[in-house]
Amino acid sequence: MNLFDIIGPVMIGPSSSHTAGAARLGKLARNIFGEEFYKADITLYNSFSKTAKGHGTDKAIVAGILGMEADDENLKNAFELIKKSSIEVNFDFQDSNRELHPNTAMIKLYEKEKSMSITGCSLGGGRVMIQDIDGFKTEFTGEFNTIISIQRDKPGIVAYVASYLAQENINIAQMKLSRKSKGDTALMIIETDEIPPKSLKTDLEKHEGIYKIVLSTI
Amino acid sequence: MSLYTMKQIIEAAEEKGVKISTVAMEMESKESGLSIDEIKKRMTRYYDIMKNAVSHGINQVIPSVSGLTGGEGFRLWQEKDKGLSGETILKASSRAMAVSNVNASMGRVVAAPTAGSCGIIPGVLMTIGERLGKSEEEIVDALITTAVVGKVIAQNATVAGSEGGCQAECGAASAMAAAAAVELSGGTPSQAGHAAAIAIKGVMGLICDPVAGLVEVPCIKRNSFGAAQAILAADMAMSGIESIIPVDEVIKAMGDVGHAMPEELKETAMGGIAASETAKKLEKKLLKKDKIHESTFKENLE
Repeated sequence: MNLFDIIGPVMIGPSSSHTAGAARLGKLARNIFGEEFYKADITLYNSFSKTAKGHGTDKAIVAGILGMEADDENLKNAFELIKKSSIEVNFDFQDSNRELHPNTAMIKLYEKEKSMSITGCSLGGGRVMIQDIDGFKTEFTGEFNTIISIQRDKPGIVAYVASYLAQENINIAQMKLSRKSKGDTALMIIETDEIPPKSLKTDLEKHEGIYKIVLSTI
Repeated sequence: MSLYTMKQIIEAAEEKGVKISTVAMEMESKESGLSIDEIKKRMTRYYDIMKNAVSHGINQVIPSVSGLTGGEGFRLWQEKDKGLSGETILKASSRAMAVSNVNASMGRVVAAPTAGSCGIIPGVLMTIGERLGKSEEEIVDALITTAVVGKVIAQNATVAGSEGGCQAECGAASAMAAAAAVELSGGTPSQAGHAAAIAIKGVMGLICDPVAGLVEVPCIKRNSFGAAQAILAADMAMSGIESIIPVDEVIKAMGDVGHAMPEELKETAMGGIAASETAKKLEKKLLKKDKIHESTFKENLE
């Protein structure tokens, strides 16, 4: 913990969890999707759903998917701004779901041929956790540079990615793998201290076992 | 070396004959790799944002997003020359509410230590700095002192309303501001510690009961009390009054009280005034308004 965790973050009110954290979730979803999208379906759960309007949680998420940071004064105009864009937004305000964190949002983004569903929760103080990407359980905060790899669950891929990063002199801070079933598709999250090169995506996607690489940098 | 208690920080400052903020900056620089200059620059930027929020909120009535509140800081500011509490308390309290008003209107603030308690530290620092004719650099140093006191509270207790109630948010902010006010007044690090302890004791047990779950009622007014109390605690410490219970033990006790509080009284809007008849009516009305808002939003998009 540093002093700026106590005095800070700079944010748009009223709530670090329900506004700043919500904007952050939207921004991370945009980064993780990594492409233009024409539609966003946003589902809010529990406290996020119940107090969305008063906290501007819905506006904050829209601001985030538009690429705004949590301290952007345009955040309160997010609805007007997205109306001007060609992006369609639908909200679903869900009732209580005890299995989910009190401040949970599911953001589904669509481009022409595919979509991606990203679920995360807001932990307080503007910090968030991404918990699920397209049904893969995961846990990362976006506070590090994050590489997301959707890949085949087979031997050698982790080593391939790790050796690529070693060559580029990039240190792995955290790493997590999850899969739906053995030999099926797997999701790998790697958090790094240094910013990986832009060519990372094309370089790694050359491997036949890697379907998609997404890079979210801080 | 990391210092985890107020005792360690106070001793380090008094041994070297420096302010708490000096110890805090040296420690932060070692831990984060930022230079002292970078830390000061960033804190100066944060203090500017705080001042902007203050002037925005005292010069006009800003309604909150929900429409429940607005203009509290503006109204009290009009009383500053004639009110019973005296100019310093009234200025600090109205400035604290002004920042809270900005927060509730989706304006830009600095969480200090949280958004719910974001008015207390700007209100106190700006007012005491002005009253004592302090330079911006000295006020920013005092802001760094608030941060390190908050860090100790966060590490040894909590600064989250959902974990410790309002005593952890507005109580912590008040303690942080009290220590900084002592530093600005030329008090010793040890007196700053006493002021922090006295401030926390003043709100020990205070619950978090936001009406309809919003950071408005009673949060805005509690920011005002937090600021007033910080100044009184600083005056007590400057007069030589000491906290009989050492500050670190008071902080620990606050954390323990927070953990012992039932969930209903920790930001869930299920207890305290949030469970009152009027609060429930307001909550229903707000929810209804939301439904209308929602359909308007969809129509707007089409």
